[in-house]
Amino acid sequence: MRKFLLAVMLCFVASGAAFAADDVIKIGFYNCLTGQNAFGGQLELEGVQLALKEFPEVLGKKIELVVVDNKSDKVEAANAVTRLINRDKVNVIIGTYGSSLAIAGGEVAEVGKVPVIGTSCTNPLVTQGKKYYFRACFIDPLQGAGAATYAYRKLGSKKAALLVDVANDYAVGLANFFKQSYIKLGGEIVSDMRYQSGDQDFTAQLTEIISKKPDIVFLPAYFAEGAIVLKQARELGATFRFMGGDAMDNPEMVTLGGEAIEGFLYTGFAYAPDMKEMNPVAKKFTENWKKAFPNKDPNGNAALGYDSFILAYDAIKRAGSAEPDKIRDALEKTKDLPTVTGVTTLDKDHNPQKDIGVLEIKNGKKEFVGTIVPE
Amino acid sequence: MSGLNSGDKKLRNNALTIFSAAALAVCLWLAPTFIDAYKVRIINLIAINAILGLSLNLIYGMGGMFSLGHSGFMAIGAYVSAILIITPDQKQLMWILDPISPWVMNLQAPFLLSLIAAGVAAAFFGVLISIPVLRLGGDYLGIATLGFSEIIRILITNLTPITNGPLGLKGIPPHASLLMSYGCLAVMLLCVTRLMRSNFGNVVRAVRDDEVAAKTMGIDTFRIRVLVFTLGCFGGGVGGALMGNLITTIDPKMFMITQTYSLLMIVVVGGLGSMTGSVVGAILITTMLEWLRFVENPITIGSLNIPGIPGMRMVIFSVLLIAVIIFRREGIMGMREFSWGWLLRDAKKGGAK
Amino acid sequence: MDINMFMQHFINALGLGSLYGLIAIGYTMVYGILRLINFAHGDIFMLGAYFVFFATVQFKLPWMLGVAIAIIGTTLCGLLVDRIAYRPLRSAPRISALISAIGVSFFIENIAVVIFSGMPRPVVQPPLLMEAFSISGIRLVPLALMVPAISFMIVTALLWMIYRTKSGLAMRSISFDIETTRLMGVSVDRIIALTFAIGSALAAVAGIMWALRYPRVEPFMGIMPGFKAFIAAVFGGIGSIPGAMLGGLSLGFVEIMSVAFFPKLSGYRDAFAFLLLVVILLVKPTGLMGEKLEDKI
Repeated sequence: MRKFLLAVMLCFVASGAAFAADDVIKIGFYNCLTGQNAFGGQLELEGVQLALKEFPEVLGKKIELVVVDNKSDKVEAANAVTRLINRDKVNVIIGTYGSSLAIAGGEVAEVGKVPVIGTSCTNPLVTQGKKYYFRACFIDPLQGAGAATYAYRKLGSKKAALLVDVANDYAVGLANFFKQSYIKLGGEIVSDMRYQSGDQDFTAQLTEIISKKPDIVFLPAYFAEGAIVLKQARELGATFRFMGGDAMDNPEMVTLGGEAIEGFLYTGFAYAPDMKEMNPVAKKFTENWKKAFPNKDPNGNAALGYDSFILAYDAIKRAGSAEPDKIRDALEKTKDLPTVTGVTTLDKDHNPQKDIGVLEIKNGKKEFVGTIVPE
Repeated sequence: MSGLNSGDKKLRNNALTIFSAAALAVCLWLAPTFIDAYKVRIINLIAINAILGLSLNLIYGMGGMFSLGHSGFMAIGAYVSAILIITPDQKQLMWILDPISPWVMNLQAPFLLSLIAAGVAAAFFGVLISIPVLRLGGDYLGIATLGFSEIIRILITNLTPITNGPLGLKGIPPHASLLMSYGCLAVMLLCVTRLMRSNFGNVVRAVRDDEVAAKTMGIDTFRIRVLVFTLGCFGGGVGGALMGNLITTIDPKMFMITQTYSLLMIVVVGGLGSMTGSVVGAILITTMLEWLRFVENPITIGSLNIPGIPGMRMVIFSVLLIAVIIFRREGIMGMREFSWGWLLRDAKKGGAK
Repeated sequence: MDINMFMQHFINALGLGSLYGLIAIGYTMVYGILRLINFAHGDIFMLGAYFVFFATVQFKLPWMLGVAIAIIGTTLCGLLVDRIAYRPLRSAPRISALISAIGVSFFIENIAVVIFSGMPRPVVQPPLLMEAFSISGIRLVPLALMVPAISFMIVTALLWMIYRTKSGLAMRSISFDIETTRLMGVSVDRIIALTFAIGSALAAVAGIMWALRYPRVEPFMGIMPGFKAFIAAVFGGIGSIPGAMLGGLSLGFVEIMSVAFFPKLSGYRDAFAFLLLVVILLVKPTGLMGEKLEDKI
């Protein structure tokens, strides 16, 4: 009985949302604006705001952006989505950085029946079995395989070591996918070291890794930690190369890491402001960004914020309606949509099959090396 | 109240309690139909925080044992309950790092049973931990329990075949409805007040206020302390399980020390040693944290746009908290308990003082 | 494990441990006198690191000046915290002061987010201190030797102050019996303020060292080091200054050596630290060098 009532109420809410939004179409945005992941969330917000400036209207109605902070906290993420759906009655939601936050938010969106477009939550569990969660980024199994392929085939490494934040879902997941692919390709994992989020001293783990003489070390950390790891590794006399994942892509990394970061490789979303072959969307995005934020380089997160907005915009246009369920149906049929990080087609699990970009830090600047197809 | 003898008073109080409980139940039953899910969620969170605050208050306020380990017991409860009620098919999909241990996969129980199992598991660890550490007193006890709760969290993070490691568990069936949460709170409130009014309650207070004196009276103080601690852990486990059911996903990072801090705030703001105070504290802290969200939203007054300031909410919250502690350090309720007699007496005098 | 590798781990542990010890001293001083676990100590430490960041990176001041500004600024902040949040609670139950400390900790962290933003910022390391060299295969940076040296100097200076000066005598007396001390005509509030000043100045020194060793600052950087230093203080015997140093060093060694000898269990590194804490509390609750304290719950 109560379930039935709840369902009735949710129908009310869902249809109410459509009625309430007569003059404007509301896009909700929940992300980490404070807390430990604030750097990523902030850049994504700026990407979304940039897109909003470019596309302020759809279906003849003004688009309104409702921004809610999730404080990099799961409870807050669930609260934020509840609030967006029920109080602000948004038509579609964008967010968030951090897969565990997206998972918490996704559970709420599923009940509230409002579609969400994930920006950079790369863990497969985010959209697994979900009707209303989509994403603009590739997923970690693909990224881990891409990194392993690059390390084994292009760099010719045979022995790899791992240094992983054991309390971080992203890091543990990505390291695991890297490991599986690397072993399958014929490589060997000589050392698998762990640390805890918040640690700042990695000397013990690094000394141990150095003694195992790997060709390459895979470090799926966040950039702020990664930069410190690299510095300590160089101090300890490490000569091997390091490789990381998309969370390393941040303009601040070079300032943090300085010289130690030279030669660092990482997989990421196929966008960098300096990439040679830029698609037209990326070109436009880069130009607009430089106008809006002349002192700040965009990165993959900013691009994904922008892309998420484009996905929502495109879906609303194709749906011809701002009703959340219609937007959801349209999102599911997203096909060959040109976005900053490549052409987006969503598969049956709501994940895009995107190219994996490989970037390298050269002369204190990140350079786009190229794209790789995971084996 | 001179017109009523004590028997009549008891009758009146019981009648009032039953009546208001029934009214509250009807309100809660109707709530999801009339108010939006966002508010329902917060009302639900209040009940869960009240359960957790109450259980911590039992350990600290009643038992006089300074424990900073509550988040660890919550974690145990949340994981036990979640593992019991998630279906094996779901589990199969979720463990993408290491294969799930077969016995974890096949463990299944209905929700209510899982709730009790959560409490029992937390209580079991409570006994295990309390036997060595309850020999310590004061701050040292707090520090030791804090150490244990961190160890529990690190174990959960690392034991991937059982807990799915840092990925946590998702898709927990949302059994923690309003009625369920408030039902649990009511049962707990009833049990605890009954217990504290009984002779056992006197013994517990005696042990808290003067352990040496209690010992000379022939009370096995150690046993009493272990018992109270274990009961508190049971409540923590149940609260953690409900929390998991409300949010529907859990991971080890939810159970950091900050979780214990917020419970401690609820207990202290409500009044240390006051059961009903913890409920008041839970209502205040939970709603305030939600209500303060507005300061981080961009505000538009006419044509003036004030951008939201990230972080401002916690700044204001912490200032308010410090102010409460400095200017009303005994908390809202002090050591008093809510009672009908107290309420009616004050009403007769013309409102609260 | 060969001897070289062991020595490398040894050096790493020494560097980390003396940093923990330096932070732990601040905890231990305040606890020794007020029986207050100053949860905000880790955040004061963070402020020290930010001050030095702003002085040297933003305003491009020379290093020595930056250090001086950081120490003075942090000390003032510490005094302010004591005056506003702790002093009104001197006669209150200890839990009140503890909650106030948690409130202060939240406040400092979040006001830092509001003012400095959540973005981690880089700290410039003076190249002189970071020029790595190796002695028979063991890699060293001058800073790694400087940290223990400075820590030991500070401990010596503090011990001199506590056992050889009038203020030190007053401090010891307050920790023994605050009311009697007041009756003896000692300005208790002034001495407590002095304790906070010294504790904060030490937090600033530790913050600067930490920022040099792990060169980035962010609003939440104080939480984990603060936590660990707290364990160190308890382990060494809370209230004892040499104990804090010893506790810090022990913790550094346990953390590093647990990884060195059990590389497979590196994910449990922090668990080893907490286990150490629990074991010492059970075996010798007053820590390695602590004196017996009465329980004042």
